[in-house]
Amino acid sequence: MPGTYEPIATTTLSSAASSITFTGISQAYTDLVMVFNGDLTSITGAGIRVGNNSLDTGYSYSLTRMWGKSNGTYGSSRESGSIDSLRYDYWAAGNGNPRNAIFHFQNYSNTTTNKTILIRTNIPSTEVLATVGLWRSTSAINQISLMLSGATTYTAGSTATIYGIKAA
Amino acid sequence: MANTYKLITSTTLTGTQASVTISSIPATYTDLLVKTSIRYNGSSGQSVFVRFNSATTNYSMVYIEGSGSSVGANAWNTTGIWVDTTYSTDSSIFTNAEFYIPNYTGSNYKSVSSDITSENNASATDLSLIAGLWSDASAINSLYFYPNSGSFVSGSTFYVYGISKS
Repeated sequence: MPGTYEPIATTTLSSAASSITFTGISQAYTDLVMVFNGDLTSITGAGIRVGNNSLDTGYSYSLTRMWGKSNGTYGSSRESGSIDSLRYDYWAAGNGNPRNAIFHFQNYSNTTTNKTILIRTNIPSTEVLATVGLWRSTSAINQISLMLSGATTYTAGSTATIYGIKAA
Repeated sequence: MANTYKLITSTTLTGTQASVTISSIPATYTDLLVKTSIRYNGSSGQSVFVRFNSATTNYSMVYIEGSGSSVGANAWNTTGIWVDTTYSTDSSIFTNAEFYIPNYTGSNYKSVSSDITSENNASATDLSLIAGLWSDASAINSLYFYPNSGSFVSGSTFYVYGISKS
C-alpha cells in the first residue's frame, strides 16, 4: 500500500454547509478511501451518494449495519428498496466533539459490477457503527457526496479527503 | 502525487517490556494510522490501552464487542483507548489492532476509530469496534502503550504511519 495512498481531493469547510461533494474523481486507482472528520449541527441522517457524472438520487442503494451505543444497546439492521443514499450516521446530534467516518470503495472504477462500500463511523460518547453499503450500478464512480437531510449542516472546520489506492 | 502513507516509526520487542512509548511523532501529517500486533503476559480479562502524550485523563470510548457467542455495547470513561481486549493462554497468539486518528495535530478534541481482533480457536476471542475520544486540544506527539496487567512479550510490534492530504 505505501506509495499508492495518494490524496485525490480534499475539502475543509470554511463555513457550515449542507453537503460536501467531490466530482471528477480520477479513475486511475484501484480503490478509494474517504476520511471525514467533523461535526453536525443537529440530529439527522447523514449519508453519501455516488454517481457517474451526476449523483444518483434514485433508490439504487441498500445497506446492512451494526451498531453499539453508549447506553448499552446494540443491534443490526438492513435497508433496501427505498433508500436514496447510504446513511452512515443516523441518530446522533452534534455534541461539539469531532466525529469521524472512514469509507472504503473497492474496485470503484470498474464497469461490470455493482459497487460495495464499507463504512466505519465513530461518534464519540454516543455510538459506533459498521456499515456495508451497495450501489446497484455497474457505472464507475467519479462523484461522491456527503449529504444531510433536513436543515442540518456540517460545521465549519469539517474536513473530507479522498485517497486513491493503487494495486500496481 | 506524493506518497502520503509513510511509515513514521516501528517497534518490535525483543524481550518483555511493561510499556512502549513512541515519541517525537512529527506534526507534518494530517492523520495517523497505527497498527499493532501484540501479546501480553497478564491475566485473563485484562486489556491494553494507548495514551496520547502520556496524559492519564480525558479518554472515553463507545464500543460494540463480540466475544465468543455474546455481543455487547457500552460506553466507558477510561485512562486510555483500547488496543487489545482479551488474553490467550496460547503463547503463539497475538492480537491485531488498527486505529486511525484524523487531524491529530488539530486544536479540537481527537476522535479515534479503532478495530481490534483476537482469535484463538477457543472461547477467549474478541472482535471490537471502538469510537474513542481524547478530550484534549493538544497535538498528539507521542503514544504510550500499556497493559493493565503484566507486560508485552517479545515479538509484539507497533507501527505508526503518517497520512497526508496534500
